[in-house]
Amino acid sequence: MTAVVTPLRADGASVGPARHRRRRLTFDRVSFVTVFLGVPLALYLIFVVSPFIQACYYAMTDWSGFTDTQNFVGLANFGKILDDDIFLKALRNNILLALVLPAVTLVLSFALANLVTVSGTSRGQTRGLKGSGFYRTVSFFPYVIPAIVIGIMWSQIYDPSNGLLNGILTSLGFDGARSFPWLGDERTAMVATIFVIVWSMVGFYMVLFVAAIKGIPAELFEAARIDGAGRLRTALRITLPLVRDQVQTAWIYLGILALDAFVYMAALNPGGGPDNSTLVMSQQLLTTAFRKGQFGLACAMGVVLAVVTLAFAACVFLANRLLGGKEVAR
Amino acid sequence: MTATTTGPSDVEVAAPQTTRPPAQERAFGAASHTVLILWSAVVILPLLWTLLTSFKTTREIFASPFALPTSFNFVNYVNAWTTAGIGSYFVNTVIVVASALVIVMVLGAMCSYVLARFQFFGNRAIYYLMLAGLTFPIFLAIVPLFFTLRNFGLLNTLPGLIVTYVAFALPFTVFFLFSFFRALPEETAEAAAIDGAGEWSTFFRVMLPMAKNGMASVLIFNFLGLWNQFLIPVALNTNVQNYVLSQGMANFASQAGYSVDFGALFAAVVITVAPVLVVYVIFQRQLQGSVSQGTSK
Repeated sequence: MTAVVTPLRADGASVGPARHRRRRLTFDRVSFVTVFLGVPLALYLIFVVSPFIQACYYAMTDWSGFTDTQNFVGLANFGKILDDDIFLKALRNNILLALVLPAVTLVLSFALANLVTVSGTSRGQTRGLKGSGFYRTVSFFPYVIPAIVIGIMWSQIYDPSNGLLNGILTSLGFDGARSFPWLGDERTAMVATIFVIVWSMVGFYMVLFVAAIKGIPAELFEAARIDGAGRLRTALRITLPLVRDQVQTAWIYLGILALDAFVYMAALNPGGGPDNSTLVMSQQLLTTAFRKGQFGLACAMGVVLAVVTLAFAACVFLANRLLGGKEVAR
Repeated sequence: MTATTTGPSDVEVAAPQTTRPPAQERAFGAASHTVLILWSAVVILPLLWTLLTSFKTTREIFASPFALPTSFNFVNYVNAWTTAGIGSYFVNTVIVVASALVIVMVLGAMCSYVLARFQFFGNRAIYYLMLAGLTFPIFLAIVPLFFTLRNFGLLNTLPGLIVTYVAFALPFTVFFLFSFFRALPEETAEAAAIDGAGEWSTFFRVMLPMAKNGMASVLIFNFLGLWNQFLIPVALNTNVQNYVLSQGMANFASQAGYSVDFGALFAAVVITVAPVLVVYVIFQRQLQGSVSQGTSK
């Protein structure tokens, strides 16, 4: 917008050749735009856009990768996938993750963010707790640790006999936990896995919410307090609606993470967990592609994954819009 | 900010019936601290335990999860660095991440600058194309990418990994820097043009230094993202000699199940975590600031 307006003003002012030169297609200008846009764009088209498009085509072939011939099979791969109990199980696990993970993470991080920002004394100015910087810094730690390392670390913590968790539990007197396999039991594997992901993500969203809450004018909190609103009421009725854009962004990020979840699963239960209870689509996709060599089928799984991801993002946008997002937020 | 808020709060203190009793205040403050300390413990304990365990021998690890190591020796670290190959993975990671970072920052800055400050046909379309790259899961692209790299002869090589990292970090970089370049005043560019600077020197001498803050934020995020990258190397870099840290760790962990050098595994975890924690502690403020900048757009 600005770029369109300014040259007009410059032309009207007719200051001299220097300003006119900026609009003309000089060698300087053309070479600049060509190189600056051309190189990154070429790279992007070859290594990002083209693979995405190819994948959509391969999804409709029976390609095994190392042969030159591939037959177009239409939607047959999708039919095969939707008949595949293991893939459906993975899909269900992903959907479960996408529903539970954002909810738990956001509730926890929003609560913690509220505690560090507005839970200081209500006498005088709204202020945070003492040492809130420390809590923020510590909570943010896990975000910078490589996810694979988090997974490895926690698989050791969950270790039935030498792990930290069972060590703590048995020393507290829970003898049932003596060698309980948290990741090896169908009932606990998913919960244990979700906890690890939540552990690694809460700090990031807490910091995000802290920044958002600090951006809210203090007068609003003062007013709520004078009107007699309690802390919980203030958090839910005043703060939450004002940070809803951040909630939306966070929900989408976390949902995308949950629909991927590959790294955590690969570290905690590479084989998909007991009775495939933690198997996710991405694991199944890689197995199908690089172990079984069924590249067409794997691409079809990729398409399903992409469709679910986009549908999820659309749902979050829609939900936010239906709940009256824009009017309140801006 | 302070000036505007002290006014109302003075009034409020003067009207004590709206303030909660101090006992309740203190109780709530204590409760908040308890919850936060509890969470901090949940975060710190696993890390601390990992650090302590990394000094234990495998026999000590089996004996008790709590016992302190009998002596602080670094034999696990030596084993992890040499025998388990973490050292060479570390070097590979530094090479790949450093090269990819330099390239993606330069290309990303160039691309977003042109998109943000030049009007031409297809400008918007390219911008949205970049945005689309942020939304689609990388898993969809992984199979064709495998064959694209093979056709270029880049499969299982470090340059291949670097190129892929750059390409997939590009959309985020462009998306983030776009708003920074857009916000730079037009007058500056005009002034530079009047002073006789061409487009090239305007960009490198004037615009790039002005976008320094944005560049720093993106740099940190890209560093973390690429250092932690796992899927791309696992799928596209299967030659053990070219392993990066994340996949080397996964490999080591799956082997440790059989050869049981758990001490070295814990040491390897510490070696991997240490550099990012150092970066984090140094750039902590900058990073926490960037979180809000990056996601509030």
